[in-house]
Amino acid sequence: MRRFPAQFQEKCVAVFRPELRRNKGLERFRVSVRNALGIALVLLLAAVVAGCGRPQFSEAEKRTIASLALSALPPLKSDTTNHYADDPGAAALGATLFFDFSLSRNGTVACSTCHQIGQQFQDGLPQGMGVGRTNRRTQSLAGVAYSPWLFWDGRRDSLWAQALVPLENPLEQAGNRAAYARYVKARFGERYERIFGSLPDFSNVPTNASPLGSATEQAAWNGMNDAQRDGINRVFANIGKALAAFQRSINPKEARFDRFAVAIAAGTEPKDDAVLSPEEIQGLKLFIGKANCSTCHNGPLFTDHAFHNTGVPPVADLPPDRGRVDAIAQVDADPFNCLGPYRDGGPEACGELKFMVRDKPELIRAYKTPSLRAVAGRPPYMHAGQFGSLGEVVAHYAKAPSSVEGISEVHPLQLSEREREALVAFLMTLSP
Amino acid sequence: MVLGVLAAVYMTAPNTPPAAAPETGQTRGSEKGIFVATFVPQDGAAKQNELQDWVLTLKTAAGMPVENATIEVAGGMPQHAHGLPTSPKMTDYLGEGRYRISGMKFSMSGWWQLKLGISASTGSDTVVFNIVL
Repeated sequence: MRRFPAQFQEKCVAVFRPELRRNKGLERFRVSVRNALGIALVLLLAAVVAGCGRPQFSEAEKRTIASLALSALPPLKSDTTNHYADDPGAAALGATLFFDFSLSRNGTVACSTCHQIGQQFQDGLPQGMGVGRTNRRTQSLAGVAYSPWLFWDGRRDSLWAQALVPLENPLEQAGNRAAYARYVKARFGERYERIFGSLPDFSNVPTNASPLGSATEQAAWNGMNDAQRDGINRVFANIGKALAAFQRSINPKEARFDRFAVAIAAGTEPKDDAVLSPEEIQGLKLFIGKANCSTCHNGPLFTDHAFHNTGVPPVADLPPDRGRVDAIAQVDADPFNCLGPYRDGGPEACGELKFMVRDKPELIRAYKTPSLRAVAGRPPYMHAGQFGSLGEVVAHYAKAPSSVEGISEVHPLQLSEREREALVAFLMTLSP
Repeated sequence: MVLGVLAAVYMTAPNTPPAAAPETGQTRGSEKGIFVATFVPQDGAAKQNELQDWVLTLKTAAGMPVENATIEVAGGMPQHAHGLPTSPKMTDYLGEGRYRISGMKFSMSGWWQLKLGISASTGSDTVVFNIVL
């Protein structure tokens, strides 16, 4: 059946719900209905046929709506590259380390500084603030373990390899792996050994050393022998594996939309707060229809986990940022990547890295599609916090400006102000 | 009454027919007619957002299996400005003209096009498959 216009649907909801009969136009409408019983009956009949107040979705729309429900999220697969991924002891140690300010050069920054537990594990800032101001927006961690690529540009290929980067990034925790390995041995040695086995002897290892650190730290690293370097790297990798084990437990929460979607999928009537308003339904129809949002924001996490150039403008005072295209060499060179010596399990887990796209022009200024779950609660948006509100984000995608470099995949779209507002209203239903 | 009639007419109007759908057959002839190729997911169905192995079966126009072929996989989404999210490769010869193509992935719903460049002793040709998810 042809879709009934949302506008009319709204109107008939208003006719039957006195609290919505507030504007003059509708008031007049009501009077004329009262005076003409015949028309009222016909309208009532039309309303019943059209399913007044009840959302009408095509079978294809219903399938898409069902595919977006949180209940459609499959259980998290085991991570064979991290033998400790589902080890409760490792997750507990990981939680301790996640909130430990000692895991930084100056003792003031932990993972939780930017990934704040009360704020969806993000910080609400345009760019994360560690020891210094970083170049990118802190991402929420809900469902992060489902992502094959980490960071906005996917420069790491596992959650445990990702966790190591901020620890040594001079703008984030700014420490070095030799110091971290020594700290974990001194502070958590017994817990560590119960999970990962015996710790190496660090008595002849420099206090501060890393292949990525200051000139002094790099010199110290180069002065160590292979066995010493491997010993430090192994403890460092295990710190990442513990942090990953903890982060695997951070999952998105059921939202109003999920309760609505479950009812639609089951063919039942949404109840209580699962009833979406006509505006929210209009937004949902746009999201999965004309506005093409769900092409990339698909599945229960509202992301395809892939990289796209969508013409998001750069931030003037940040260093040049070319996104995915510059991440390829970094993930290839990472000794903690899936094909490196610190992976547990076999190389069959390394498909994403093995079959990674390496040299296509579309990688230029391509960034990972973020999840939209609970998105209304975490402005600003985009990879460097370019937009302050969801309204600005929707306006950007409707206008679809060309990219400063590379080619934007987004095409301009005519959206009325009312349609933009409806899209934002729908996005707000993705919050618990 | 007029309103009601209009409403009834509006609601019962037939759906506009969908835009011409691409040909999604799993067996296609190559562009110059050198090969007949069948391309299917190894475990039955194409899945969204999962790395999959596919099996390509190559025959000559006369129906003989094609051996020792080299296969280049390209493609993307014609309606978007991007290619495949992965770089699939031929990873195994399974015998009788069958080749395993690993690293196949479709990150979005919609129309995908796969262009397989095939070279064998009988010649070189391209075969195009459409997949709609």
